[in-house]
Amino acid sequence: MLRANLILILLVVSSALGTVSSNYRARKLFTALEQAQVRMHSLEVEWGQLQLEQSTWAAPARVEKIARDKLHMKPPTADQVITIEAAK
Amino acid sequence: MKFANSPLLSQRLPAWRSRLLLLGILAGFVTLAGWSIYLQGFNSTFLQEKGAQRYSRVIELPATRGRIMDRNGGVLAVSTPVKSIWAIPEDAQLQPAQVNQLAKLLEMDVREVNRKLAGNRDFVFLKRQIPPDVAAKILALDLPGIHDQTEYRRYYPSGDVTAHVLGFTGAGDVGLEGVELAYQSALAGVSGSRRVIKDRRGHVVEDVDSIRPPQDGKDVVLALDDRIQYLAYSNLRQAVIDNKAKAGSIVVLDARTGEVLALANMPTYNPNNRTKLTGAQLRNRALTDTFEPGSTMKPFTIALALDKGKFRFDSRIQTAPGWLTIGTATIHDSEPHGILTVAQVIQKSSNIGAAKIALTLPAEEMWDNFEKLGFGHPLKLGFPGEVGGRVRPYKNWRPIEQATMAYGNGISVTLMQLAHAYLVFARNGDLIPLSLTKLDSPPLSGKQIFTEQTAHEVRAMLEMVEEPGGTAPKARVAGYLVAGKTGTAHKVEGGIYVNRYVASYVGFAPASDPRLVIAVMIDEPSAGSYYGGDVAAPAFSRVMAGSLRALGVAPDAPLTPLQATNQNTPLIKEGT
Repeated sequence: MLRANLILILLVVSSALGTVSSNYRARKLFTALEQAQVRMHSLEVEWGQLQLEQSTWAAPARVEKIARDKLHMKPPTADQVITIEAAK
Repeated sequence: MKFANSPLLSQRLPAWRSRLLLLGILAGFVTLAGWSIYLQGFNSTFLQEKGAQRYSRVIELPATRGRIMDRNGGVLAVSTPVKSIWAIPEDAQLQPAQVNQLAKLLEMDVREVNRKLAGNRDFVFLKRQIPPDVAAKILALDLPGIHDQTEYRRYYPSGDVTAHVLGFTGAGDVGLEGVELAYQSALAGVSGSRRVIKDRRGHVVEDVDSIRPPQDGKDVVLALDDRIQYLAYSNLRQAVIDNKAKAGSIVVLDARTGEVLALANMPTYNPNNRTKLTGAQLRNRALTDTFEPGSTMKPFTIALALDKGKFRFDSRIQTAPGWLTIGTATIHDSEPHGILTVAQVIQKSSNIGAAKIALTLPAEEMWDNFEKLGFGHPLKLGFPGEVGGRVRPYKNWRPIEQATMAYGNGISVTLMQLAHAYLVFARNGDLIPLSLTKLDSPPLSGKQIFTEQTAHEVRAMLEMVEEPGGTAPKARVAGYLVAGKTGTAHKVEGGIYVNRYVASYVGFAPASDPRLVIAVMIDEPSAGSYYGGDVAAPAFSRVMAGSLRALGVAPDAPLTPLQATNQNTPLIKEGT
């Protein structure tokens, strides 16, 4: 009788400790998830800003200005264009 | 003496005293039990709510507005978070040095900051929409009563080039114009919320129930091609400046799919900086303004006459002596031409020729033809403020009206409608709907309006317009066959034709297998010539040349004949 009680007490205590530790781990994981989500959001924001920056740098108006003024380029005239037929 | 022997113990107390005490204790217990039943049983929801307020918080999860992209994936509009700095003036008791620091970071005048902080309101915005890094610096100063708030701001990297297509958003990132308004429901996200448990230091410890994830707005991929859009915009702008015009519009369509590859208007505005906007700048003229198109309408009536078998490509029409009286009115050609073939009526843009052809057709058929081509009702692209123009019911057409409508007077259209209708000649006589957004696959076939043979015959006539002896040699593009038609129309003001003009040109190339339809309209050119062939055709030519090169379309014309023809060949003036 006594032995059975002792075993039961041991089981109850160990399950209680298990609950505590799993609860603790769940909270830790949750915090990690939280941080990852915050990071995801900030990366998304940064991605948007980088796209914006790329579009600004690559704006045709800016490209044309640099090509013409800085690099002294000009569009080819029709006789400078050679058309290559795709192989069939 | 032992305690047990104490004489005091032998004293008997009255029995009612202990009973009274027992009753008192009992009453206390009953009260306690009653109170606990009251709290647990009847009042528990209220108390639990109060308790939850101490530890649980509802966090708003903002959704971001979708991006707008061009067909090549370039970003045309994107929302990015910015900060607004606000203050509670009562709490913000700042030292002069602190105010100076704050004003410097906000790039504001010190006096203005002081004036805002001196007000007796509970809440005041110091500055809205500043970059997040600046806001972080301000918060790092740790000033009392100064707070920040995240907002979203829409940026348009291409600025005025795409202003009219994209439109813009207003407060709360809600679309107010253009695509931003037309696709508001798709672009706007739905913000979500979550209930969490927070600890003493404000960290989120646990998610509780009712998590509603935010739904970010969907990206919209437009049919627009940013290279073609830029070519269209910059050449239109140049044409408007060169011709000292009041306004102008240009539309580029893909002849195979009906996609709108470019759309630009002048005057325009910069959507990133919308202070001092005028109504004229905001008008998306290509869709919201109608004009009398003039001669660009001629091919439609002539195609109808060919289709009905009334005329052939080479039927001869007498246009001498250069004027024609119908009823009480007289119409003119800009110069007398004598006998012309139907093809030459288009090439030389003879009003009399077009009128004579129109008068052989029943009014109902002509009206029906305009209807089928999409004139008289809006295109339903979903753009705000789209109009349909005006085609009056055929029942009260007088012969003179029927005659003038053949060359585009007494009828009003938008530039987009005109470009759309030209798809029938650029295709094989069928008309497909237009699309603002990129299509995964082109529409299989449209509504057949003219027979394939008629479409090809008219296309051949339109090619003659760019040859020497036509009205638009300036629309030529080196290496490609171009087909198109000029238009020059008097403007109507208060129902009277005035001596101000709308010059237009609608055309497509390469004529042997059309890829692009471009329509140009210049409103009130006033730097000399006002003819479509002088004013609108050169812009068409430049945009077409650049766009075909950008798309890598193979040339379909030998170079030699073009180089032989000088661009300064005398221009045949069209009827106005």
